[in-house]
Amino acid sequence: MAESELDKVSGKTTTGHQWDGIKELNTPLPRWWLITFYATILWAIGYWVVYPAWPLLWSYTRGVLNYSTRAAVAVELANLEKIRGDKMIALGAASLADIEKDPALLALARARGKAAFGDNCAPCHGSGGAGAKGYPNLNDDDWLWGGSLDQIVQTIQFGARSGHTKTHEGAMLAFGKDGILKRDEIGTVANYVRSLSGLSTRQGYDVAAGANIFFENCTSCHGEAGKGNQELGAPNLTDKIWLYGSEEATLIETITNGRAGVMPAWVGRLDPSTIKALAVYVHTLGGGK
Amino acid sequence: MNKIVQINPDQVEDVGSLYAARKKVYPQSVFGTFRRIKWGLMAFCLGVYYLLPFVRWNRGLGAPDQAVLIDLPNSRFYFFFIELWPQEVYYFTGLLIIAALTLFLMNSVGGRIWCGYLCPQTVWTDLFYAVERLIEGDRRERMRKAASADPLKLERISEIMLKHSNWLLIAWWTGGAWVLYFTDAPTLVKELVTFQAPAIAYIWIAILTATTYLLAGFMREQVCVYMCPWPRIQAALTDEWALNVTYRYDRGEKRRSVKKANELRALGLPAGDCVNCYQCVAACPTGIDIRNGPQIDCIQCGLCIDACDNVMKKIGRPTRLIGYDNDINIQRRMAGKPPIYGIVRPRTIIYTALIALVGGIMLYALLTRSLLDINVLHDRNPVAVKLSDGSIRNAYTVRFLNKRGFDRVVTIDIDGPPYAVLHVVGDDSITPDRPMVVLGRDSTTELRVLVTAPSEKNSERSIPIKFRITDIGLGEVASAIDNFVLP
Repeated sequence: MAESELDKVSGKTTTGHQWDGIKELNTPLPRWWLITFYATILWAIGYWVVYPAWPLLWSYTRGVLNYSTRAAVAVELANLEKIRGDKMIALGAASLADIEKDPALLALARARGKAAFGDNCAPCHGSGGAGAKGYPNLNDDDWLWGGSLDQIVQTIQFGARSGHTKTHEGAMLAFGKDGILKRDEIGTVANYVRSLSGLSTRQGYDVAAGANIFFENCTSCHGEAGKGNQELGAPNLTDKIWLYGSEEATLIETITNGRAGVMPAWVGRLDPSTIKALAVYVHTLGGGK
Repeated sequence: MNKIVQINPDQVEDVGSLYAARKKVYPQSVFGTFRRIKWGLMAFCLGVYYLLPFVRWNRGLGAPDQAVLIDLPNSRFYFFFIELWPQEVYYFTGLLIIAALTLFLMNSVGGRIWCGYLCPQTVWTDLFYAVERLIEGDRRERMRKAASADPLKLERISEIMLKHSNWLLIAWWTGGAWVLYFTDAPTLVKELVTFQAPAIAYIWIAILTATTYLLAGFMREQVCVYMCPWPRIQAALTDEWALNVTYRYDRGEKRRSVKKANELRALGLPAGDCVNCYQCVAACPTGIDIRNGPQIDCIQCGLCIDACDNVMKKIGRPTRLIGYDNDINIQRRMAGKPPIYGIVRPRTIIYTALIALVGGIMLYALLTRSLLDINVLHDRNPVAVKLSDGSIRNAYTVRFLNKRGFDRVVTIDIDGPPYAVLHVVGDDSITPDRPMVVLGRDSTTELRVLVTAPSEKNSERSIPIKFRITDIGLGEVASAIDNFVLP
């Protein structure tokens, strides 16, 4: 290493490093930079003391502030509930019919209901309540268990075939699997059911036999005219809405294997005012009775 | 081939620092036409700024009665009889276009009129200079005090403190007036003096006090010279016809003493009118010499004109050796021709026409704007619902805007698919087939609207549907178009 010397052009000293005759000027870090650098080191030490920092074998240093992001989230959620508190109390106190008459409460219930719907109901019923095969469309005017506000609340609370003691019971029997009807009888009654809502039928099917099979097996739940029964969740067979589909093959499948879609009970999982808001939201989607 | 130049380190010249320290300016007080104009405009501008928030304007019960109010929490802007909603922000765009064009027009007629007379930086700096002059004395006295190396005497300290406290008072008042534009002014004044105003008001007053104090008390002409973009733009926009504050060198040169000039004139020889008294430099608030020609530092306030005129009067020479003039006329005078002025020329005509056009469009838009409006948003999921009787229902979220200061009732009609029926969720009006909705004053109302149409009557996949609302009292109509979709 060569000697450090004074450079004439820049007026600085060199570091003494030299490569192929090129010398390096000594340009130390600016003082402010160095001070900032040391200050950040000191700051980091302070940080270790105050905040959680070092992993231990089965735990970690918690810091004197005892700060935890998880606790912070819990506090924020509690605050949110507090902010919503008064309004949600107003929602809880109002009767279902009053909510729909009061524009402010209706807007609140719809907003809250929409959020709760997205969180809890959308996986089955779809984000807009449009449903899917086996999952009812909540926008239409056809209801398995009734479309009044009270009936919707009842269904949300206890579900359908959910196992809850107050749940909606009643299921479509497996007429084929259980040997109640023979294969050709099922085909005949499927065509008869299609005729109830004006759908086309297989040419030459035995109408009288179909009516007879229907009368003997189906009317106890679906009614003599096939209008269904909301007490039992038996769908109206005369309208244009089909939960599983109206094709002959689908109907044969339904009659053969039965149907028993399940909706969980939400009581206990959602608070009463949220269920109320959900009911209002579903009711105002358009199909409410 | 580039030649490699070898630099001998022993011959490198030290140019020193390239940084130029600011030379402090001590403008001399001036009397004259342009000073009077400046006082008048200052009084007018400050008067408008400080007093406008207190002007009242009756808009009826429940609405703010402040003539000019920017109501941020409720997102409304009030300007006398005009009330603007956030979606009408394009009026401000129009105002900004007009402001820019007016600036261009001013520039093409009389140079930097904005800089010299109207710009807040000029107005407040001028005011701060006036305070400084009143307390510390005129130019020479201030320069002497600044240069004095004597230890500070009590008198000098109290002078400095008096100056700064007065500056701060003006600055505080400036910041205070600003916040009054954002809420009811008399109420806020009451809250401010009883220390019950919201913290944000005090914070903004503090910020604007600081900026006013710094910009007008310390930065002064540096704002115009170094920070402001307008001098650069102005220099590019100006033309040979624009009247700028100009030293008429055809008359002024060569500069001589009064005595020498008189001797020459007695002999019938030409002599310049400029006597090198430096009064124009002394009066200049940006500390330049106008005799060096047009320059970016010159804000064209006209104070040098007054200063020079006073000298010319004293030595018995014609005034306006410095005046609003242009190079064309200097050249014409030197060639012995009379001056000509081209205020009406294509440039000014085009600017005026554009201002009139934009202003006209804005006025037309303002006068014909609808105070009733409707927006429709079609449900996206599901877009259409089949009902049990086979008919099709579409749901829409409809937002009604009532910009009037009173509640009103509108009916909703639809033109769309044949036999379509309208229903408003939550509505139980006595006219279910033509629902009536109450719209609160100065607000929006959002409703869910269902349209149901029999499917066998409609074979199109998508049918345009028009929602029309009619104010049953005033007959005002608004409409929006969407589509009715089949599944």
